[in-house]
Order: sequence, then structure tokens, then C-alpha cells
Amino acid sequence: MLRVSHLSCSRGNKPLFANVSFALQAGQALHLEGDNGVGKTSLLRIVCGLSSADAGEVCWDDQPIQKNATAFRSSLFYLGHGLSLKEELTALENLMSDAAVSGRALSETQALVALARMGLRGREHLPLRVMSQGQKRRTALARLLASRAPLWVLDEPFVALDVKAVDGLRGLLAEHVANGGMVLFTSHQPVTLASAKGLEVAVQTYRLRGVA
Amino acid sequence: MSGGAFMAVLRRDVLLALRRKSEVLTAVFFFVVVAALFPLGIGPELNTLRLVAPGVLWVGALLSSMLALQRLFEADYRDGTLEQMALSPTPLAWLVSAKLLAHWLVSGVPLVLLAPVLGLQFDLSTDALTTLTLALLLGTPVLSLIGGIGAALTLGVRGGGVLLSLLVLPLFIPVLVFGAGAVEAQASGLGAQAHFSILMAMLLPAAFFSPLACAAALRIALE
Repeated sequence: MLRVSHLSCSRGNKPLFANVSFALQAGQALHLEGDNGVGKTSLLRIVCGLSSADAGEVCWDDQPIQKNATAFRSSLFYLGHGLSLKEELTALENLMSDAAVSGRALSETQALVALARMGLRGREHLPLRVMSQGQKRRTALARLLASRAPLWVLDEPFVALDVKAVDGLRGLLAEHVANGGMVLFTSHQPVTLASAKGLEVAVQTYRLRGVA
Repeated sequence: MSGGAFMAVLRRDVLLALRRKSEVLTAVFFFVVVAALFPLGIGPELNTLRLVAPGVLWVGALLSSMLALQRLFEADYRDGTLEQMALSPTPLAWLVSAKLLAHWLVSGVPLVLLAPVLGLQFDLSTDALTTLTLALLLGTPVLSLIGGIGAALTLGVRGGGVLLSLLVLPLFIPVLVFGAGAVEAQASGLGAQAHFSILMAMLLPAAFFSPLACAAALRIALE
């Protein structure tokens, strides 16, 4: 379980947000809302342990994430604004090398299945540089299918996707939550998590407010 | 599992370098051109050429390795790969050592292999060529390792390229002195053994500490 308590963060001399607390149990999804520049990305980066907060702490299974960093990192999947894709590599190569770096076991067959499910069948061996923005994002999201991490932290996962891919992703997130996973994501649109099979899970929202 | 992550980073970086051939070739070509211009500028006086050869080749290798250095972490920083590496359960320092090894394989090894050929233009004897190549083999990894710290420290800084040179070039001086000195010592009959030992003594601690220093600097850059 993820618990965030009394986080505050500032950039330079300007305070971004203060006293942010929420908790995420197994089988819950949390939609983080907030205006542009209010610090959603900063908050997600703090939750992942990439940046440090001015005050407050992030706990995973009742331990601060810095204390047991390896255990936390193996339970975490983070997708930020940088998609961590290499333009010169093919979609398949990107997926395989990323899985190995993150310590996830992934066979080539599994990777091909994941790409096919994201609608990239026949494009597995194309270098990323010739793909469209949406296809790149689909490649990045194909990693979710290969991930066994319980906690998914996704920064604007729905950006640049077409309607079909958005539906696919909503289904994917719903399945993950229904299987006892946790999803923390940001989005500017209201999001319901439902799969094509009629599975629907509740989404909590947390509205991030800036310090005036 | 961590061995798998190490190999994955190594393979990816080498593969990327092979696909972005122009970057690798620029540095290698720079080295070849510098080494080829000196004999033309100095003239056909063989004694002078033999004298300046180790210095020229070493300075050429040093500057050419600086060229590739700026891009060591830059692309990974921009596209988010570095974030994923920092969030990997495998220690960042271990993944960074894979990157440094890949950097040396791509930018250092070609220089080592080319040096004997370029040395011929300076009328170096077989003995001197062997010494020069061995010295470069021990010295160029140190350049990658120390340079990596500089690249990590200047990551995301505006005008980082100039800062990187200012930061790193002074630290390359000992490698330059003992690397170029090895050939001279061999030629004068003293033997290059001591120089090799000193180069090795620089390489081993650098190989151990540099990834740790790089990882610490990269975490600061990611904040």
C-alpha cells in the first residue's frame, strides 16, 4: 500500500503545494487532478523517489520508500513525460531492453503479444523514428502489459492517443485494478476505468491545489 | 538479474552507437585527421616526428574522446531513459558502469586500434608502436571513466560543453603525462613498465569509484 503524508514541495523560492496526503490501497485507482503548473508531475516524481520533498514522506508498505528502495522500485512502474524510447531502435528492441533494465523478465513472444495488443501488429520491427507520436506512446504503454509491478504511476497516460487506444488503455487499467493493482495517474479529462468486457472499477480523485 | 540489466544497457548503448554511425565516426575521423595533419605541418624531419609522436597521438585521443563525452548521458536524460534507470531495482552505479564500458568500446577502442597505423606516419619503431598501443589501451578507459563524472556533473547545465572541458581536461593531465611518457621511456631504454603500472593504478580506482560518483551526480541532475 502506498501512503503519502503531508508532502510539500517548492520550486526555487516559489511554493508549489503543501500538506498533500492520500493513500492508495490494493485494488484502487486514484486520479490526480489539478491545473497546469500546480505540480502534478513534481508530485508524481516525489512519489517515485526521483525528487525529494521539502517536507512529508512517502511510504510503501509502511516503510519510507528511501529505506527499502530496491523493494519499492521492483513494485513500481513509472511512465513520465519522457517515454524512455530510443528513436533508432525498433519497438520490439525498445521493449526488450527496457524490460531488462527494469529487471522484468520478458520473452520476445510476450513482447510481440503486448505490442499486438496495443495495435502495433506489423510494426514491431519499425524504428521508432518513423512512427507517429501516438504510435510511440502505444509502444511505451505496451510496457504496462509486460509489467508485473503492483503500483503504476502514470503521468498523462491518455495524451496523444486515439479513441480506440484510450479505450484499450482504460480497459488495461481497469483489469490491473481489478486484479489488486494500484494506479495513480494524472489527466485533464474525467476518466472512468472500464474494459470492453464490462468490467468497471471506481476511480477516486484527488484535487491538487497550489499554495496561493 | 542485475547482470541481465548490465548487459541490456551495454547492448543498447553499443547498438545505438552502431545505428548513429555519424557520431562515432566524427570522433574517430577527428583523431585520424589531427594525427595526419601534424606530420604535414612539421615537415619530413624524422627525428622531430619520432619525438612528438606520442604527445600528438595522445592529445588527439584525448580531444577526440572529449567529443563523444558530452553526449554520454544527454540523450538518456532528455528522453527519460535515465529516469527509468534510476528507478530500476538494479543499482544506478552498476547500470552507469555498463554505459561507461559501452562508451569506451565505442569511442576508446577504435583509437587504440588506429594508433599503430597512425604511428607509422611518425616513423615510430615496432617497439614504440607496441608501447603506445598498450599505453592507450590502459589510458583510454581512464579518460572515459573520469570524463563520465564530468558529463554527469554538467548534465542539463547550459553551456555544459565548455564547462565539461574545463572540468575534465585538467584531470586528464596525469594520464597524458604517463601515457605519452611510456613511449619515451621505452625508447630511452628505461622500459615502460613503471608507466604501465602507474596507468593501471589510475585505471583501477577510477573503474571502482567513477560509476559511484556518476550515479550520485546523475541523481542530483534528475531532481
